[in-house]
Amino acid sequence: MSVPAFTGSNVMDVDAAKIRGAGSNVHFDKVSVAYGAHVVLHPLTLDIAPGEILAMIGPSGSGKTTALRAVAGFVRPASGRIRIGATDVTDLPPYERGLGMVVQNYALFPHMRVEDNVAFGLRAQGADKALIGERVKDSLATVGMSGFAKRYPRELSGGQQQRVAIARALAVRPRVLLLDEPLSALDAQIRRNMVEEIAKLHRDLPGLTILYVTHDQTEALTLADKIAIMRDGRVSSHGPTAELYRRPPNRFTAEFLGRANLLPVTVTEGATGPKGFAKAKLGDALLAGAARGEKPGDKTLLCIRPQHLSLTGDEEHTNRIVGTLKEVHWQGELTHLVLDVDGTPVRVSATRLPVSLPERGSVVPLFFAPGDTSLVPEDARG
Amino acid sequence: MLVWSRPGRIVLWLVFALLFSVLFLAPLAVILLSSLADQWNGVLPSGLTTEHYSDVVQGAAWKAVKASLVTGFLAGAVALVSGTWAALALRIQDATLARVLGVLFFIPSAVPSVSVGLGLLVAFSHPPLLLNGTIAIVMAAHFVLISAFTFGNVSAGLARLSPDFEQVASSLGARPAYRLRHVTLPLLAPYLVAAFGLSFALSMGELGATVMVYPPGWVTLPVSIFSLTDRGDVFAGAALTMVLVAVTLILLLGLERVTGRQARS
Ligand SMILES: Nc1ncnc2c1ncn2[C@@H]1O[C@H](COP(=O)(O)OP(=O)(O)O)[C@@H](O)[C@H]1O
Ligand SMILES: [Mg+2]
Repeated sequence: MSVPAFTGSNVMDVDAAKIRGAGSNVHFDKVSVAYGAHVVLHPLTLDIAPGEILAMIGPSGSGKTTALRAVAGFVRPASGRIRIGATDVTDLPPYERGLGMVVQNYALFPHMRVEDNVAFGLRAQGADKALIGERVKDSLATVGMSGFAKRYPRELSGGQQQRVAIARALAVRPRVLLLDEPLSALDAQIRRNMVEEIAKLHRDLPGLTILYVTHDQTEALTLADKIAIMRDGRVSSHGPTAELYRRPPNRFTAEFLGRANLLPVTVTEGATGPKGFAKAKLGDALLAGAARGEKPGDKTLLCIRPQHLSLTGDEEHTNRIVGTLKEVHWQGELTHLVLDVDGTPVRVSATRLPVSLPERGSVVPLFFAPGDTSLVPEDARG
Repeated sequence: MLVWSRPGRIVLWLVFALLFSVLFLAPLAVILLSSLADQWNGVLPSGLTTEHYSDVVQGAAWKAVKASLVTGFLAGAVALVSGTWAALALRIQDATLARVLGVLFFIPSAVPSVSVGLGLLVAFSHPPLLLNGTIAIVMAAHFVLISAFTFGNVSAGLARLSPDFEQVASSLGARPAYRLRHVTLPLLAPYLVAAFGLSFALSMGELGATVMVYPPGWVTLPVSIFSLTDRGDVFAGAALTMVLVAVTLILLLGLERVTGRQARS
């Protein structure tokens, strides 16, 4: 068999530490998927490095699950190849791919106790009893569920079930862990805890390559080394998490990741100065922002995050625009304001406000630092 | 319930109780009473007796019970296996083919059972397949008539099974046979038991096709009841009917207990 770490005989002498140390990369090579005439994944080329967490994020129906299921082997690509490590898995059945999979509704086997669920993969592969016992103990400990081995899934809460589902996937020492919206069925508080737990899990198993599909940008921003943003069956953008957030390459990315404000501006001067800021005009205001090779006369978008806008200026917040205050929502630690700037709604999240808040309908200035902005090209489509 | 007012609900319950007793309980009660009746000329029997029961027990009753049970179990088991197999196999075919084959499976249940019996009789009265006068032809008739129901039940169960279970099992390294044995079939178990119970009950009550094909020495309960009443021995027929009802009920309740325990565990 072509997947060494996963065959019945090898599973027993695999050195756990070795697997933990070195995961496999996942490579999509022009992978496309169609259901009949309906193309749901346009040729996709993407690499997930060994030990990397890639979050695939995008609106519902954008093809995230399809891409994940193509790696797992449940969707046959219409074209292209998928490689895991050195192995081309495109033609391998799912049970020979050496993966772990966790789905949104957990899918714990209801007729098996927690320990039998976790042991399932190793038993199916014919591992020996001692190894199974040890791995089950190990995996349950990793997710903090050691005390629940004898329970049935229905005797567990949603969060506990999802931990067991993760333990079940980890017990086979997968080369790649596939998570499809693993936290979507949980409520907000538990979801936050689980995000932290998954982050910790990856610190404990740094070699584990993870493909994490979600529509929740917070999960993606918290967990991922890199993010791929999906839209209509294509990768709209792909890059290191912080960079994608700070310098979104297009409007869709800027809006989907962190709901950025995008102001239509006209470039007056390309990158200049020690910091390489470009200058652009919005109405009468002349603004500076991080450039992306724009030329004078280009029409583009100035991206500024709600938390980077301030009602008060200082020597750093040198950009100034004015808008009409439309809405004020006080939320305790944050106050959300919506202003109208030249017909574009602009959201502001402020932690500190002037002592006397301006009234709705009044015209107020907004300040922001050139370093917090970036110029973003308008999307080609839509 | 759609009716909320208290009088409304009482009226609904009364209507339900009336329909239930007239359509359901009354015939059974009449049969029960007949099976115990000495003479029955007026509104009620003139006296009660257990004579009919001792008659049928001394007569052909045990042989008929045995013939019915064996037929029901065997035909039910074969129908369960083939219906499950068909449902599992059709699931991996493309949707159109699956629909066409699914409809084919249901054809026998749309044909009158007498015609099914007649068809089998005609078809298997000549070499090379000479089944006429054997027990096998009774089994075949029952199998043809009940397999559509096992297939339907198991298909419905499969359709309700989330594909996630089997996919997770595969991704963990389970080959198809292991997955079938340890995931799919256990999750289907309630539907399998229900399918078997239904086919068994259908087989126990089957008359139309059996009458056409049964060989001497393999007279099922419904056939015995039919010939007893046909001869005018209504009270004995009623006694045998009660035996049929009791045997079927006991078995179905037994199955129910098994699944009930399984669902709880
Ligand atoms: N089995 C299927 N048959 C036909 N179309 C499908 C099937 N599965 C998914 N699709 C379509 O493929 C598109 C992408 O779906 P999916 O990958 O599940 O999106 P996401 O996970 O991003 O919400 C959707 O338009 C969906 O309707
Ligand atoms: Mg999805």
